[in-house]
Amino acid sequence: MEPIRTIRSRTVVIPRTNIDTDQIIPARFLTTTTREGLGEHLFADWRYDAAGRPVGEFVLNRPETAGCRILVAGRNLGCGSSREHAPWALYDYGFRAVVSTEIADIFRSNALKNGLVPVIVDEASHAALLAQPGAVVSIDLERSILTLPDGREVRFPIEPFARYCLLNGVDETSYLLSKQPTIDAYERRIKA
Amino acid sequence: MSARTLFDKLWQSHEVVPETADTPAVLYVDLHLTHEVTSPQAFAALRARGLGVRRPELTVATLDHSTPTDHDQLFGKVPIRMESAARQIHEFENNCAEFGIELLGLTHAQRGIVHIIGPELGLTQPGKTIVCGDSHTSTHGAFGALAFGIGTTEVGHVLATQCLLQRRPKTLAVNVEGELGRGVTAKDLVLAIIHELGVGGGTGSVIEYRGSTIERLSMEQRMTVCNMSIEAGARAGLIAPDETTYAYLEGRPRVPRGAAFERALAAWRTLPSDPGAQFDKEITIAAAGIAPMITYGTNPGMSVPITGTVPVRSGDGVHAKALEYMGLKAGQPMLGQKVEFVFLGSCTNARLSDLREAARVLGGHKVAAGVRFIVVPGSQQIKREAEAEGLDRVFIDAGAEWRESGCSMCLGMNGDTVTRGAYCVSTSNRNFEGRQGVGARTLLASPITATASAIAGRIADPRGYLS
Repeated sequence: MEPIRTIRSRTVVIPRTNIDTDQIIPARFLTTTTREGLGEHLFADWRYDAAGRPVGEFVLNRPETAGCRILVAGRNLGCGSSREHAPWALYDYGFRAVVSTEIADIFRSNALKNGLVPVIVDEASHAALLAQPGAVVSIDLERSILTLPDGREVRFPIEPFARYCLLNGVDETSYLLSKQPTIDAYERRIKA
Repeated sequence: MSARTLFDKLWQSHEVVPETADTPAVLYVDLHLTHEVTSPQAFAALRARGLGVRRPELTVATLDHSTPTDHDQLFGKVPIRMESAARQIHEFENNCAEFGIELLGLTHAQRGIVHIIGPELGLTQPGKTIVCGDSHTSTHGAFGALAFGIGTTEVGHVLATQCLLQRRPKTLAVNVEGELGRGVTAKDLVLAIIHELGVGGGTGSVIEYRGSTIERLSMEQRMTVCNMSIEAGARAGLIAPDETTYAYLEGRPRVPRGAAFERALAAWRTLPSDPGAQFDKEITIAAAGIAPMITYGTNPGMSVPITGTVPVRSGDGVHAKALEYMGLKAGQPMLGQKVEFVFLGSCTNARLSDLREAARVLGGHKVAAGVRFIVVPGSQQIKREAEAEGLDRVFIDAGAEWRESGCSMCLGMNGDTVTRGAYCVSTSNRNFEGRQGVGARTLLASPITATASAIAGRIADPRGYLS
């Protein structure tokens, strides 16, 4: 995985609360057996109409959002299904961070493992972000700081080990594999 | 030692490496369940790194999510209609064979929905840690097991190391006291709990359901409750094991027998939360105040008693958007809303007791003209047991479709979908936009409410159909 230190980008705002992973990537696209190419289907049922034509008013279909890497969403982003296809789709589309006041547990865990930084901010900062779609925001992962468009700095919580892995491009599998002797000892202990 | 909760005991006994400020705990996994949809990329990752499966005998695989419920497709008499699903199924068969994992495959007599077959076979036991790449893994918590859904990267972690990196969640006690009313089922109870907590109310927490109402529930009812813990955002749901649990498990194929069962039983009896154990948060709900419930919106927290009306919330954009999607008006009664589909199935409500209760409501009635009623047993064993009792005939004679087991119309991955704009009373767990098909309008309810609605062709109160 590529190390991530800072993300600076204009934001895309989808203010809806409780955006579930079925919206991020509908189940009919989950028969894939790879993790690439899901960006095409990101928010498919909001992005395209019944005939497969882009829905003009949906934010991702507006030309000014092209290339944006930070998604600001309403409270409780990523609830529902555990499908890791949701962060895969967001990453494949080009997003590198998601910002909300609450992010669902499994989605947050999955995002951290795929180079998609989940940023949880307070209500006031969130309101400021929702009010200014397209404003430039920067995220400094090393300092766990999000800088709002007005220059105000907001510290965000992030699990320290996941942050270490993101900063250094380390994957958690290698860390777990390094614990094999301890796992061996645990298995001997429970068998006894 | 201070008083510990059931969760504390489960967590501590599975810590291979305790958590620190800098690193999460390494938590041991006793049972890993897997299916065709959330595992292919995990097997690919193993292959790419040249890794094997550490303890293949602790993983059990089944086919359910994208698997056909049509008999001829399932048993290979005709090709599987969805080509991408067929490819995914065959790749899964190959992965299981290559890595030495037991697969309850397409034609296996014990195949079924992953969260139905774990308990059915007795793989699910008190005191275990159980994970699966599926959020409804919380179902297994009904046995006093710490069970939760994981992502595909984590599926790879479990395959390679039998462990996961986890931060300790908070604990939330949901106390339910008193008797459930006539026609009020475990599904109504959990919908009421989710309504109370909100769809994000359980985030970061493991719920322990407690109290006299919970203690009186059967194992099947407890599974329905724990199943939907994730719909309140909770990491897992738990119910302390008791005599009901032990009676359910004894004699099941994967449960130890004789002296080994007695030893297991002695260990299981130590699991319930100690008197005085502290939870991070507690709420109490009176069972008597709960009515048969139905959802009107696009998340499982948006529910009302079935005799209620669609809530009026002027100025609430999310509410307005949900009603627009659902084609419902604020203030309209739920009863009498016309429906086109009824789905009886899913890991929430496709067990034998659900089918029996539905069949009892059906009695000699017919499914209303213009309603497609699809009945999908949770496993092939449930299907056989139901057929032995003649339940299949009750459904078929009434005009319903009787299918092979699988996830089916809960998430519409296998081609079983609700048509655009149609209403479906569903016994499944999610009413998200498009969940049952593009533009599908899902109304979550209990098996008896679903069946009553199939007869009426409209949302109906099941209490009018109980003798």
